[in-house]
Amino acid sequence: MTGPLLDVRGLSVRLPVRGSMRTVLNDVSLAIRPGEALGLVGESGSGKSMTARAIGRLLPRGAETEGTVRFGGRDVGALAGADLRRLRGQVAMIFQDPRAHVNPVRRVGDFMTEALRANQGLSAAEARRRAAGMLAQVGIDDGERRLRQYPHELSGGMLQRVMIAAALLTEPLLLLADEPTTALDVTTQAEVMAILDQLRREFGLAMLFITHDLELAAAICDRTAVMYAGQVVEIRTSALLHDDPLHPYTAALAAARPDITQTRARLRAIPGRPLSAFEAPPGQCAFAPRCPHAADGCREQVPALAELDGGVSRCARATELRGVLEVADA
Amino acid sequence: MSAAIPLGAGAARRSRPVALLRQTGAAGMASAAVIAAATFAAIFGPLLAPYNPDLPNLSLAWVGPVGGHLLGYDFQGRDVLSRLLAGAISSMAGPLAVVILSMSAGAVLAVASAWRRGATDAVVSSGLDILFAFPGILLAVLAATVFGAGLIAAAIALSVAYMPYVARVLRGSALKERGQPYVAALEVQGASGMSICLRHIVPNMMPLIVAQATIMFGWAMVDLAAISFLGLGVQPPTPNWGVMISENEVGVLQGYPLPAIAAGVCIVAVVIAFNILGERLYERAQAARS
Repeated sequence: MTGPLLDVRGLSVRLPVRGSMRTVLNDVSLAIRPGEALGLVGESGSGKSMTARAIGRLLPRGAETEGTVRFGGRDVGALAGADLRRLRGQVAMIFQDPRAHVNPVRRVGDFMTEALRANQGLSAAEARRRAAGMLAQVGIDDGERRLRQYPHELSGGMLQRVMIAAALLTEPLLLLADEPTTALDVTTQAEVMAILDQLRREFGLAMLFITHDLELAAAICDRTAVMYAGQVVEIRTSALLHDDPLHPYTAALAAARPDITQTRARLRAIPGRPLSAFEAPPGQCAFAPRCPHAADGCREQVPALAELDGGVSRCARATELRGVLEVADA
Repeated sequence: MSAAIPLGAGAARRSRPVALLRQTGAAGMASAAVIAAATFAAIFGPLLAPYNPDLPNLSLAWVGPVGGHLLGYDFQGRDVLSRLLAGAISSMAGPLAVVILSMSAGAVLAVASAWRRGATDAVVSSGLDILFAFPGILLAVLAATVFGAGLIAAAIALSVAYMPYVARVLRGSALKERGQPYVAALEVQGASGMSICLRHIVPNMMPLIVAQATIMFGWAMVDLAAISFLGLGVQPPTPNWGVMISENEVGVLQGYPLPAIAAGVCIVAVVIAFNILGERLYERAQAARS
């Protein structure tokens, strides 16, 4: 396949909230090539999870969508029934809270083998053998025993590893990882991340990795997309995101991070509070009210995503601000 | 989310019904004992009956308890204890049929409308609202006139009348289960709606289904007895508790209340037992999910 595996173009989503429709995603565009990892970072409510849910066709009922999501060249929005199930066999999803996303009254083995048996017609014994093998790959050695256990008998980190194993079992092409480590404690986080990263590369799997953690995204993703108020504001090679941001929001986020080499009395913050997509002022740059570089032009129209230096940025002044952003915020 | 974890999910699979029963307390266990006794009588009653339950002897009509005939004779001089034992089967099988029919139809409608939502849900819900308007007894009278009086017509009519109650309660539970994140996770894994419903949603609704079925059994028993009392259910001379009350009703006024009361006590005991057990199971089901 030469084109992107996943191609999201102009995706807008509105959800019904108490009778009126609220925008949660506004013109989101991103693409992932086969085997590539794209990080998706942003504050709470910026639309990261909604983007993943829209790709997996898991939006709440009554959601209105615009734009297209193409997976392997097929329009995901147009799929139904068996075709949709086949797509979902190729797109696996890992969730933030593994415990909520597993049926608590079914054994781990039932959970892991269900898709294999239903979609690939494997025998129970063969499915269990594969499940145990995959558990070994995610670092769970006594797989056979774990398969007989119930989810509540496993720790959070263990369960998330089970979820990763289950996601990889169906040999998907794309993994949607929705903050897979947020609910885990820090030491477990590192372990789970290492396993996820290693297996992803081994299997040549594309991944959309959603996180709050800019640095984590930079460490394991080839490129990183930054979201703000339901929009993608910047997509850039991860290595450059921190040191050479294209969008003032990314620069401000990077500047807000604590730095191990410097002592500061206070961490730098972005003035104001994060906006949800439906709160964003219409007809202007969503970040303009909080942006230190906002000019009059920023408040007159919504800037479009434009290519710049190998990335894309949704900033009207991106070109003028080249080189200024880092300096201004450091 | 530790909420939905069932009791003894791990080790004690085999002893689960026993453990479950123990949790319903002394009253629950006593109720279970009453139900077990009634079930035993329903299965082995005709064998246990000391005398022929259908053999009349008019010279013995309304004779009270005498040696060997612990509950005396009824209005036709038949042994009351034998008729109670022989009547257990028709008295218990009727409600059982009602419970099975109304629960399965109600569960199917509930899960289907919770799963599909939208138009399906709207049609099912308004259909149920219409059915709510018909009292069970009225439907049974209607069924008796159309299909002829008998246990089967009465049971079907009651099943139809009970179904909306079942469906409404179960729909709420199915909707809640459908909204659980694990269902979304299964969907995105590519599981079909049918398999998610049958293998995940329905099993997770089971505690509520069992509790609801138990309570419903008590209602059905009272209603079926009432229908038999009216002469539209089980037809005499087939022994049946409801029929026995109706047959021996005259005795109550004439100073021989025992045969009617004995049948009434059987019904009341079994109904109360089912209600207590049902309530306890329901409380447990609610506690387990909050």
